[in-house]
Amino acid sequence: MVAIPPRHRSLALLAGVLLAQVMLLAVQIKRESRGRLIRVWAVSAVTPFERTGAWGFGKVRGVWHHYFALQTTARENEALRIENDALKLTISQLQSKAAEADRLGLLLHFKANNEKTPMVGARVIGASAGPASRTIEIDRGERDGVRSNQAVITPDGAVGKVIEVYRDSAQVLLLTDKESGVGAMLVASRIQSPVGGNGELMLTMKYVAAEDTVNVGEKVVTSGMDKIFPRDVPVGTVVEVKPGSPFKQVRVAPAAKLDRLEEVFVLLTQEPLEFQKEAEATSSAAAPSTPAGTSETAPQASPAVVKP
Amino acid sequence: MNDTFELRGGETHIEVHKFFPGAIAGATILALALQAAFPVYVRRLDFLDLPLLVTIYFGLSRRNPSTGLLLGMTIGLLQDSLSGPKVPLGLYGIAKTVVGYLASSIGARLDTEHPLARFSLIVAFFVLHQAVLVLTRRLLLAQPEPWFNLHLAMAAGVNAVLGVPLFLLLDRLRRSS
Repeated sequence: MVAIPPRHRSLALLAGVLLAQVMLLAVQIKRESRGRLIRVWAVSAVTPFERTGAWGFGKVRGVWHHYFALQTTARENEALRIENDALKLTISQLQSKAAEADRLGLLLHFKANNEKTPMVGARVIGASAGPASRTIEIDRGERDGVRSNQAVITPDGAVGKVIEVYRDSAQVLLLTDKESGVGAMLVASRIQSPVGGNGELMLTMKYVAAEDTVNVGEKVVTSGMDKIFPRDVPVGTVVEVKPGSPFKQVRVAPAAKLDRLEEVFVLLTQEPLEFQKEAEATSSAAAPSTPAGTSETAPQASPAVVKP
Repeated sequence: MNDTFELRGGETHIEVHKFFPGAIAGATILALALQAAFPVYVRRLDFLDLPLLVTIYFGLSRRNPSTGLLLGMTIGLLQDSLSGPKVPLGLYGIAKTVVGYLASSIGARLDTEHPLARFSLIVAFFVLHQAVLVLTRRLLLAQPEPWFNLHLAMAAGVNAVLGVPLFLLLDRLRRSS
């Protein structure tokens, strides 16, 4: 055995180690084994540290991105705010369009169901300037066949009557006006009594005898006795009954949404209309697609599709 | 002084450093883990060779060629193992063995504590490491590999720039006498 001088031991070790690794390379090239066992050991040893490192990297990167690297955040925030405002406006417009489409769809459906009944579709273009009266202005007038004392309705129910007619517009007195009144009757008991307004959103059934029985929730429809509205147009629902002498005090919630009218029909006749089926159809058709609160922001729609 | 003993080579006094238990192993594993993480998290740092820097540092500090080459071999083989099946075991092992041996040999003859000296040595060892890698690829694996290019030159500089403060950090792992 040849003894290696101490000063050359490290050199010999280097040569041995290099030779061993060259052999290792050669073996791998020949066998294509790639030393799997050593790899498994190395990967197993380092993996926990890599995992910890990954966790640490994630934390550091999160802190960096969320607390320090914020130079562009203000600009991005401003751009996003502007974009958000634009998107809100777009959403609002789309919701309005959807609500408008729903409303027009209902009007069309109503019109189709009563195609033999002459009526004029009209758009609400104004309302009374003060609280003293409850009127609206519509964009149909004499040229469209509108005359005074014609009934004005929506697919939901009675709205009021035409009180002033101009060439291209007309004024409608709503049921909620103090001077308003419509011949009505309770659906179940067939008790007839005029229904009028008192300047509020609720209506009042004026002359129901104290001995008559009226139930809350009972439907009220037109009786046709006023020679303005045809029979069986929904007027509202009884919401409160108080005893009185000689007449009960009966409060009725209007069937039509009198505080947010946008499109109406002016009836040119007193022929009966189909309302019962209509109410069912509208309630099922309108509910899913009409976003809450959109009707107040909805632009006034053109009712051209329901022109006679 | 945080040195444990001295080698006397003629008129030169060379300090040999010892480290806290587990410091070398810990620094090695941390360097390998970070090296494996760079391509995933910080792609721009993938030209850093932390295992090489650790090999150079401990080689220069321990100043024992046998220890240096064995440490270089271990780090290199571990790096090979973590580099995927496309890298044969021994590629980085051979290169870092050579670097570890030479770093230890040079560290036993020169003062390598000055930052400028460390900077120059890191650049030189990076180039040497690259040369051994290319040589191994060309001669043993028959894989064409460029000897050196601008990217590698920049990588050598960047490794040296980052290596100097890293060495100062690693100096804190030295055990005081």
